[in-house]
This record gives sequence, structure tokens and C-alpha cells, in this order.
Amino acid sequence: MTKLNSAKDLAALRERLTTTHKRPDRCVAVCSGTGCLATKAQVCADAFATELQRQGLAGEVELRRTGCYGFCERGPVVVIQPEDVTYLGVKASDAAEIVESTLNQHQVVERLLFKDDHGTRLQHLNDIPFYKYQTRLLLDANTRIDPKRIDDYVANGGYSALSKALFEMKPEEVLAVIKHANLRGRGGGGFPAGTKWETTRKAPGDIKYVLVNADEGDPGAYMDRSLLEGNPHSILEGLIIGAYTIGACEGFIYVRQEYPLAVTNTLIALDQAREYGLLGRNILGSGFDFDVTVHRGAGAFVSGESSALMTAIEGRVGQPRPKYIHTSVKGLFDRPSNLNNVETWANVPLIVNRGSDWFRSMGTENSKGTKIFSLVGKVVNTGLVEVPMGITLRDIVYKIGGGIRGNKKFKAVQTGGPSGGFLPESLLDLPVDFDDLWNNGSMMGSGGMIVLDEDNCMVDSARFYIDFLAHEGCGVCVPCREGLRQSLHILNNIVAGKGREGDIELLEELCDLLTNASRCALGTSASFPVMAALKHYRDEFEAHIRDKRCPARVCADLIQYEIDQQKCVGCPLCAKSCPTKAIHGTPKKPYSIEQSLCIKCGACHQVCPAKVQAVLKVPALAPRATTVS
Amino acid sequence: MSDHGFAKGEAMKQVTLTIDGRQVEAPTTATVLQAAKSAGIYIPALCHDERIKPFGACRVCMVEVTKGKRTRLVASCCYPVEEGIVVKTDTEKVKKIRKLVAELLWPAALPLALELGVTSSRFSAPRGECSLCGLCVRYCDEVKKQNAVYFEGRGIDRELAFVPGVKVDCRACRECFDLCTGGWIMNEASKAFE
Repeated sequence: MTKLNSAKDLAALRERLTTTHKRPDRCVAVCSGTGCLATKAQVCADAFATELQRQGLAGEVELRRTGCYGFCERGPVVVIQPEDVTYLGVKASDAAEIVESTLNQHQVVERLLFKDDHGTRLQHLNDIPFYKYQTRLLLDANTRIDPKRIDDYVANGGYSALSKALFEMKPEEVLAVIKHANLRGRGGGGFPAGTKWETTRKAPGDIKYVLVNADEGDPGAYMDRSLLEGNPHSILEGLIIGAYTIGACEGFIYVRQEYPLAVTNTLIALDQAREYGLLGRNILGSGFDFDVTVHRGAGAFVSGESSALMTAIEGRVGQPRPKYIHTSVKGLFDRPSNLNNVETWANVPLIVNRGSDWFRSMGTENSKGTKIFSLVGKVVNTGLVEVPMGITLRDIVYKIGGGIRGNKKFKAVQTGGPSGGFLPESLLDLPVDFDDLWNNGSMMGSGGMIVLDEDNCMVDSARFYIDFLAHEGCGVCVPCREGLRQSLHILNNIVAGKGREGDIELLEELCDLLTNASRCALGTSASFPVMAALKHYRDEFEAHIRDKRCPARVCADLIQYEIDQQKCVGCPLCAKSCPTKAIHGTPKKPYSIEQSLCIKCGACHQVCPAKVQAVLKVPALAPRATTVS
Repeated sequence: MSDHGFAKGEAMKQVTLTIDGRQVEAPTTATVLQAAKSAGIYIPALCHDERIKPFGACRVCMVEVTKGKRTRLVASCCYPVEEGIVVKTDTEKVKKIRKLVAELLWPAALPLALELGVTSSRFSAPRGECSLCGLCVRYCDEVKKQNAVYFEGRGIDRELAFVPGVKVDCRACRECFDLCTGGWIMNEASKAFE
């Protein structure tokens, strides 16, 4: 790699990469994000390499290991370009057939295509409903580039926004564009990035820092991981532009140690950017100096809080500071520090390139652009989805997510990570908008979206989040530590059938304390799950407390399993699956459960064939006396 | 680390704020708690000690601060004074927070609880004898520079512990024993250093 010393050098490189040094048009793109790697995408890609070689196509067809496609549930995803034929759930053993049919004979392999509700096989990525209703501004590049090759990024227009900012715009002009675009923080708070940048820019001090928050730790969410893994340069480019605008000399990327691929790809990206002179001294010959350090998180959820994150980078225990001075004025090493989330930074190059009016053309009055959600739970299609702001939750759940699995009834959608709230059916037409979600007792958060159906108990769900937060807080302040400890204790009692009159009111009092008196945002928002559950599903709490009944039949202490003697066909599946040998009977005659031995693991319920459905969950006759700590 | 440091020697710039209806002057480096104290206005606090840095953990010193049109609840031990802010130290909201905190810590901060009129707790998982106010940890670190005690774990698993193999004998020093809000340090030190 030769160092690029000017905007012209960068343009010349891009010219070369798209003409004389262009990679083959024909390409097998194998998703190599963590999701697909878990389903053996690596072996699959290796098989394609061998097959391309064997069938004599190695020179004319490129094998590209790309970033995450988002449809992880159906991975590994393989897309044949330029025909855009999309295969799902591809195995290494399918490689020979795909290379033979699709690449050599231009025939599609029907069985690996997406099958829609009517049984029609869909060939192209954007025909698949999961993708059709998305607006993939950020995630789209994931499918086109190899994250380990800076040339792929440059060939796709990468670093043109940096070049534009450095040579055609003053820092004030970049700031004005970001402010006008009304880019709001994607990490949770939704604070306007432009305003934050301006505060840091204006704050007194020669040394300033810009930071990337990649301490994504919400259960079930992986938007930031996929962006860092799949397109690290987009975040880096945004960060350099931010540093230029703010006047920062050094940047930090705080990434979870538990994201090994994201760490690797980020480190490779930094090295390659340095070699090209896009980082370091005199970037592109502009006279601007800036470099970036990767800091690996030690595994505390609370370190995602801005002041805790900075404390952790300083080498101390990552817990929030007791200060009322913004980190944009006094942050890392007590210097002005601008922290934004991965997704926020990734939006910056797009805005600089295409202008703030373009960005503002998408979304609602106060929420512009797109947002990536991690759509999981009881929907048919799960994965990462990028949608324009303003789309309704109903469209995400039903059009993109394909509705609820197994024709079950929708119960709630939980947005915003562990401290988000539950939104019921009646609020499904709510648009995805920072303020609308907040005003309805939930939040955008960093983009977790968990769909719950009639089989989910809302008391148990609230208990799950409180349990998470109680263990993941820093434990410094009394409202959060003790408030959550007692909330968890009360909720544990309720789900165990030991709830008492007055518990609901006590929970509400604790929620109030958390919101008003906690030391940081983790605590102030920790009341959301309980408050939202109490607001929309109070009857479920009352059923647990008063009738010792779990309406969704989830809480183990309030249900028991029984075998319908009429329906049981006498297959021994349930008896074989029972870990405590509580199921007795002889084959071909109805089985029965000895309640005193049953630990209510539900294994029998799961293995009983769908056609038979003889194992029933029924309300427990008498709540079991179990000890709850 | 001099954000909310304390005025030392030189003449500091002063600001005027209102606390409970009274005009109070304080140096710009002071916290609301310090300003109140200097004016003889009492704000209860558990984890605060003038010799060590503010911690903001117990939230007993919460007050209502109005700045411009916005009123918010803040921990007065950490909140820096500002020209023209209006502070109320004894509103219904504030009293409610303090009482609930004392109830949550029951019986670890008994004297404070009794002072606030809390004589029992509705919570069935009592805190034990340590309130985790951290006075001992911070005193040992910042004043004695010994670091014999530390916080172990996070969230609800957070506990106090003696640093294994520490050279000082806490029974000889005893300086933090008087700071302890629940009696934990004295009891545990005698066990740990036997």
C-alpha cells in the first residue's frame, strides 16, 4: 500500500480500483458475520473456494467473505452477484451444486431460495419480505464489501466524505450539516449529535477526544457488532470527520472483548487506514493529525454509560461518575470528550456526502434517517433490520418480521434494551420515533426489539429485565442497588405465588425512587420494565398475587403438567424425556405424571407430538412451597 | 480531580444562590451541600465526609434545584453551586426519597433512619449491617493511602472486603471505625485480622 498524500491520490486509487484493478463482476458473497459463522459459514466459504478452483472459475469469480446480512436466523446467507441470487441456509455440501448450476449454467438452485407464504420461491434479496420493507443505508454496504479489505470500502466510495470534509469544508460547515441533519444519538438517549459535537468543540482545552461506544450489551441486540464487524471503515470515517470538526487529536473505540470478530476487523481497519495515510499525521496531506486506539471492555454492561466508559479507559473500575458536568466538557482524563454510538458515527459519512436535506427527507419531525433494530422473539423472521424512522411497530413486526410464530396472539413488543418498556397491541401503530416511544413508556434505546406472544408472562418478563439490571448495575447508589434488589425480591415472590397485597404499590414506590434518585441513567431508566408492565398488564400481576394464577402459564410454581388421558396415544416420548422419571405408564396406554416428582421443566410438553398435544399446562392445584432468596 | 475541590487559601470567586429562601454566598468551587452547611442549613447525608471526595452514593442529601425554568432532584454533595440557582432542601419529594432510602438500608443506617422518623422497614430482604456507603473504603484510600478495604463485585452482588494480604492492621488504625454507618468494619476487622 502506498500512502495517499492528497485528495487526488485517494480519487486516483478509487479510479484504479473501479477500472484497471477492478475485481471480477461475478462474485460469490458469503456472509461471514458472527451469526453466520456460528452456522458454519467459514466451512461453507472454504468449500466455495475449493469448488471455484475445481470447476476452473477461480480467476473470473471472486469469493467474498462479507459482513452481516442481517437475516442471521436463515444463515449462512450466500448471494451470487451480479445476478443477485440469494441462497439461505447454505451448507458446505451445497457449494458444488451452486457453482455448477448457478455460476456455470446460470440456473438457480430452487431449494435454497426463500419460500414465501404461498410457496413461491423468491430469487433476489430484495424480493424477500424481510428485506423488501427495509431501508438499508448502513447495512447495505455490509453485503458488498469484505471488511478486511480497505480497497473494497474505497472502491464503494469510502473515505470520499472525509476527503470532502477535509478539503472542501471548514469544521464549522461540517458541524452545521450534522446539526441541520438533526442526527440524534443511536445509543439510547437520542441526544442531538450536532449539539454534543458543538459543546465539545467549544469547551475550553487544547486536547480533546472523540470516542466510539461499542459496549453493546443489551440482551438479544447486536446492531453495533454487525456494523463494526461488517463495515468498520464507515465508523472510522465518521470518527475522523467528527475529530476534524470538533478539533480532537485522538480517538478511542471502546469495544466489548466479547466481540472478537469486531475487535479483529476494527484493528485491521485501523492498520490499513494508517498505511494509506487516512489516520496518523497529516491525513491525506491536509495537515490534520488524528489517531485511534482500540480499548477492549472488560465485560460490564454499565461501562456503556458515558462517564463509566471513560473511567474504564482511564484504567479504573468502569462505574459512572457522580458528576453534574457533561463529559463533552470534562470527560476522558478530565478533557472535553465526545462520545457517540457506533451507528451514529456510521451515519456521518453518508450525511456529509449526500447532504443534510437528503437525511432529513427520511423520518419524522424530530427523528430523521434510519434506525437498525435487532428484531427477535416470537416473530417468524428474526434478524437485523434497518428501517426508516417513522415506520410503525406493526409494519416491523408483521411485514418485516412476518408476524407471530405458530399463529399465536401478539402480546407485547419490548424496545430499548433491558431498561426499555413493553408496548401492547393498542400501541402497535406507534411510529418508530425517539419521542413517541419515550412518551409511551418505552424508548428507542440502542435498538433491541423483542416480540412477545400470548405464551409470555409479563410479570416474569419484567422480572427477567430487573434481574439483568440488578446484576449489571455498578452497585454504588442505594436507589439502584437496593431498589432493584428489593424489586427483584418482590417479583421473585410474585412469580412463585407468594405475592402479597401491597406488592404492586411497593413496586411503584421503588420505580419512583429509581427514576428520581438514581446516580446515573442506568438506574433512572431501570424502572421502565416494571412501570410499563404495570401500566399495560396490571391484571396479570393481580392474577399472580390474588389468585396465585399465571394467565400465560409460564411461572413454574403456579402451573402443573398433566396428561390428557383421552388424547394420549401411549407413545413413550414424554416418559423418556422426563429427567426425574415422574412420568409412569406402559406403551400404547395413556401415561400419567406423578406431581410430587415433577420439577416442571416442560420437557414432556415440548416432546409431545403436535398432532397429539396430550401434555397440558394447567393451573397448579396448590402453589408449591419453594424457597425464594 | 479538582472539580468540586474545596477552596484553598486564595480568594475565590463567589456566587450567590438561594437555599430554603435564604441568600447564601459560596465560592464557585463549592457544592450545594457545602454552601448549605456554611450557612448553617442542615442537609442529612450518609456517605459524605468533608475529608474525602464526594461519592453521591446514598442519595440522602438529595435536594430540589431550580435553574431557570427547570427543576430537578440532585445530590447536593456533588452538585456545584451556580449563580442564581434556587435550592429547596426539605420538599415532600426529597423527604420521600430520604425515608425510602433509609428503609431500603434498614437496619444498616439505624441512626439516620431514626433521625428521619423511619422505625421499621416494609422490605423483607434486609440489607445487613453494611450500607455500602464506602466511607471506610474511600477514607482508607484517600486519607490513609492504605487501601485495606475495597468493593467487591457489582450490582446487587457488591460487597465490602478486605484486600487480601494487606500489610496494615485495621485494628491498630481504627480511624474509619467511627465513620462506619452500620458497624460492619469494626466487627469484620476483628475477624479478619485475628
